[in-house]
Formats: sequence, C-alpha cells, structure tokens
Amino acid sequence: MTIGLSHYLAVAAVLFTMGILGIFLNRKNVIVILMCVELMLLAVNINLVAFSVFHGNIVGQIFAMLVLTVAAAEAAIGLAILVVYFRNRGTIEVEDINAMKG
Amino acid sequence: MILQALAFYVFAAITVASAAMVVVSRNPVYSVLFLILAFFNAAALFLLIGAEFIAMILVIVYVGAVAVLFLFVVMMLDINLTELREGFLEYFPVGALIGAVVFAELLLGVGIIGSGSTTIEALNTHGAQVTAIDNTRAIGQVLYTQYFYLFQVAGLVLLVAMIGAIVLTLRSRPGVRRQKAGDQINRTKDQAMTVVKVPTRGGV
Repeated sequence: MTIGLSHYLAVAAVLFTMGILGIFLNRKNVIVILMCVELMLLAVNINLVAFSVFHGNIVGQIFAMLVLTVAAAEAAIGLAILVVYFRNRGTIEVEDINAMKG
Repeated sequence: MILQALAFYVFAAITVASAAMVVVSRNPVYSVLFLILAFFNAAALFLLIGAEFIAMILVIVYVGAVAVLFLFVVMMLDINLTELREGFLEYFPVGALIGAVVFAELLLGVGIIGSGSTTIEALNTHGAQVTAIDNTRAIGQVLYTQYFYLFQVAGLVLLVAMIGAIVLTLRSRPGVRRQKAGDQINRTKDQAMTVVKVPTRGGV
C-alpha cells in the first residue's frame, strides 16, 4: 500500500482522459469545453509535480507554475472572446461558430 | 504509512469523480463548482507529496481567480440550458473511442515509467537528509536565479493576456455621457464666461 510515482501518473491520466471526453461530449457549450481544457492542464501539472518530487528535481515544479500562468492567461482570453461572441451573436453554441469558415 | 495511502486514494477518488461531474453536469454553474472541488483535491494531492507551494498557488490562482472568472461568465451569459444539452449522446461513441485510446496510451506510459520508481515513504526518509530546506525556499532559490528570465516572460504573458481581455471586452456605447477630464481642464475663461454690459434700468 505504498503510493508511488505510478499512482500519481494514473490519476493524471484519468483526469486527462476526462478532459478529452468532455471536449467531445459537450459540443454545444463552449464554457464547459474551456473547463475541460483546464482539467487537462491540471492533469499535466500533476504529472510535472509528481515527476519533480519523485525524481528529486525542483525544476518540474517551476514548470508547473509556468503552466499555471499560461492556463490563467488562456482562461482570461478565452472567456473574453466568449463574451464578445455572445454579445454579437446571442448564442455560444459551438456549431454556430463558423464566421471564419474554417 | 497506511494513512498516507488512504488519504491519497480519498483525494484521488474525489478529484476524478468531480472531474466526471464537470463533464456530465447539466448546469454550467454546477460544472464550475465541481471544477473548484477538483482543484482543491488536486491541491491536497500536491500537499501529500510535499509540494506545498504549488498546492497553495493552485488554490489561489485556480479557485481564487480562474474559477471565479468562469462563474462570472456563466452567470452573465443568458444561455438556454435545454438547447445546450441536445446532441450530448450523439458524440459519445467517437468521444469514448478516442478517450479510450488516449487513456490506454497514457497507462502504457505509466506502466513503463512507474516500474522501479520510488515511493512516498522512501522519499520522506531520503529527502530529510538531502534537502533540509523547505519547498518554497527551494523553488525561490531556483526560480529567481536560474529561471529568472522565464519568470519575467511569465509576467509578460499575463500582461498581454490582461491587455487582450480589456481590448476585447471594452466597448464605447453611443449616447452615454461620461466625464472628460481633459476638456474640463482645458476650458478657458473666454469659453466659460461672457461679460455683458447691462444698461441702466434695462435688464439683461
């Protein structure tokens, strides 16, 4: 019953898969998709911190902080774009987002 | 020893369960609240392996800033909940397939890496001798010396994100009267007053 590196990696793998599944399932709601991206970044952070601690190298935790910074910036910009989009179109359905014909 | 394992399993189970609730919850507000729960339990997982600083930063940044931002946006936007739920099961097969493939690959990686790794107990006895300094001090000693430029770039990223968010959401609506300090200061005596010569018994 000792908790090792592989336990943490397994939790991170489950979280990451949940994030991917959420992106596929919630095809209508952009907010939940953004939340799923946050979940995936959290899984990456768990991986970085677990490797950092179990290998005795502090650099992983510094990179986890940088991932956190980028996640915060991404959430702010994403939600700002969402607010502007909702103001213009009155909906946030993913399938309606085709202004750029991509 | 057994207590640590028990705590790990409890926190990990709550993290995974609340992540699942984020995905399947009907109301986006509930999704945000479960996201907060997931972040709290992930922070507890970090505490368990001795990464206290990252755990506290996670609570402050994610719960204090990002989750509240999500909550604000969810409550500001007037979205139709029943419409948003349509087609939930339509994408389930392909989503489950891709999720299963990714999960299998990740577990393969865990199996390769995890074999012959150290455990928390070994880490605690080992770490006590090697590093007498605490986690926050250790991070500071590396972050402010070796990775100082990276630290500055992280600040720039946040600055750009802040300016971008302001530029995107700021709008000047017509018909709103607002104070213009420059115009007020630049008013001269000529614009502000006129001297009228009033004739005797004539009135203005």
